[in-house]
Amino acid sequence: MKNEKSLQIDERILWDLLKEVKDPEIPVLSIIDLGIVRDIKMSDDEPEIIITPTYTGCPAMDMIAATIKMEMATLGFKNVKVTHVISPAWTTDWMSEEGKRKLKEYGIAPPNPKQQVCNDKLFAADEAVQCPHCESWHTHCISEFGSTACKALYQCDDCREPFDYFKCH
Amino acid sequence: MNSTKTDYILHLADDALILGQRNSEWCGHGPILEQDIAITNISLDLIGQARSLYQYAAQLKADGSTEDSLAYLRTEREFKNCLLVEQPNGDPITIGWAQTILRQFLFSAYQYYLYQYLQSNSDATIAAIAEKSIKEVSYHLRWSSEWVIRLGDGTEESHNRIIKALEELWRYTGELFIPAPYEQELGIDVTSLKNDWYDKVRTVFEQATMSVPENVYMQTGGKTGTHTEHLGYILADLQYMQRAFPGCEW
Repeated sequence: MKNEKSLQIDERILWDLLKEVKDPEIPVLSIIDLGIVRDIKMSDDEPEIIITPTYTGCPAMDMIAATIKMEMATLGFKNVKVTHVISPAWTTDWMSEEGKRKLKEYGIAPPNPKQQVCNDKLFAADEAVQCPHCESWHTHCISEFGSTACKALYQCDDCREPFDYFKCH
Repeated sequence: MNSTKTDYILHLADDALILGQRNSEWCGHGPILEQDIAITNISLDLIGQARSLYQYAAQLKADGSTEDSLAYLRTEREFKNCLLVEQPNGDPITIGWAQTILRQFLFSAYQYYLYQYLQSNSDATIAAIAEKSIKEVSYHLRWSSEWVIRLGDGTEESHNRIIKALEELWRYTGELFIPAPYEQELGIDVTSLKNDWYDKVRTVFEQATMSVPENVYMQTGGKTGTHTEHLGYILADLQYMQRAFPGCEW
């Protein structure tokens, strides 16, 4: 029988371990950086990890769930449950500052802090997004839909490099 | 009551799956690369929504059904999607892209107001799926509205094409706002969505120099399983693997 204190310590170890689980499509980001881990619950000495998808059709979710189970197995947990919860809906506000910094280093512009384009206004001015390569703000949107559901495609007007923007959501 | 609710959830799921499947036919054939990626991203969102809904329906049915058996092993008559989403992408010579765009716009506008409405549904799972999906639908609506305007207010050729598409598709929009028995029984008031939808369509059409058709005979039946000839072909394609190799996985 574990007392409450050892349970707390256990949980902290689990949260640290989840930093090892990366998003397969953006391997520099852990699921903690992305903010998709909602909670860890312990029942019968086995953890239940509660995660939320970024987009409903995100194909990475199955692989993320499998990787969580593999990482937990290194601590000897064999019956880990991974539960998907969709409400409240994930938002880019939950991405950590550390995650945003890693994204930029990786060449993907991180989401702007304030949601600007996620409305139904037509032909709205392009959101000002900073080029992750040369840091210029002279950029324009090529397509609102990029290489994955969570990204838009931009191009820098100064260094001419195209880049992905992790769009606010 | 439970089977009524399952019917309704299947109706929502089938709408999303069939439109997702239709849009995915564009994969590798889009007019330009960015729009090929856009339409297939929209497919992915729709199929994601369909999965959440099928999973919930399977859970309620509790008869061994799974999200896969609901998508791959039901017959045409068991599908409850509206007729609009099963309509073809458009004959490439005469209409092409315009029909895909217009179908997406008419449906996204409907889904936008529907999901807004369902966010306050008493069923917490339906409300959660609506809350999650509406963020994606907002993108679809904005993207397709801009394309309707671009085509309608574009060249003579693009204008003519989207007008032809409108003549093809308008007759399938009436059904969206006529409650099916399961909607009636659950108190899902689709009639109440019509004014908002109509205003949205009219506003975008005005900018696109198009007018809203009047006095058109409305074709119905999809929501209760009587489909146009197109659905059978879609299912033949979609379900082929599971029918030929039952239970196959990769």
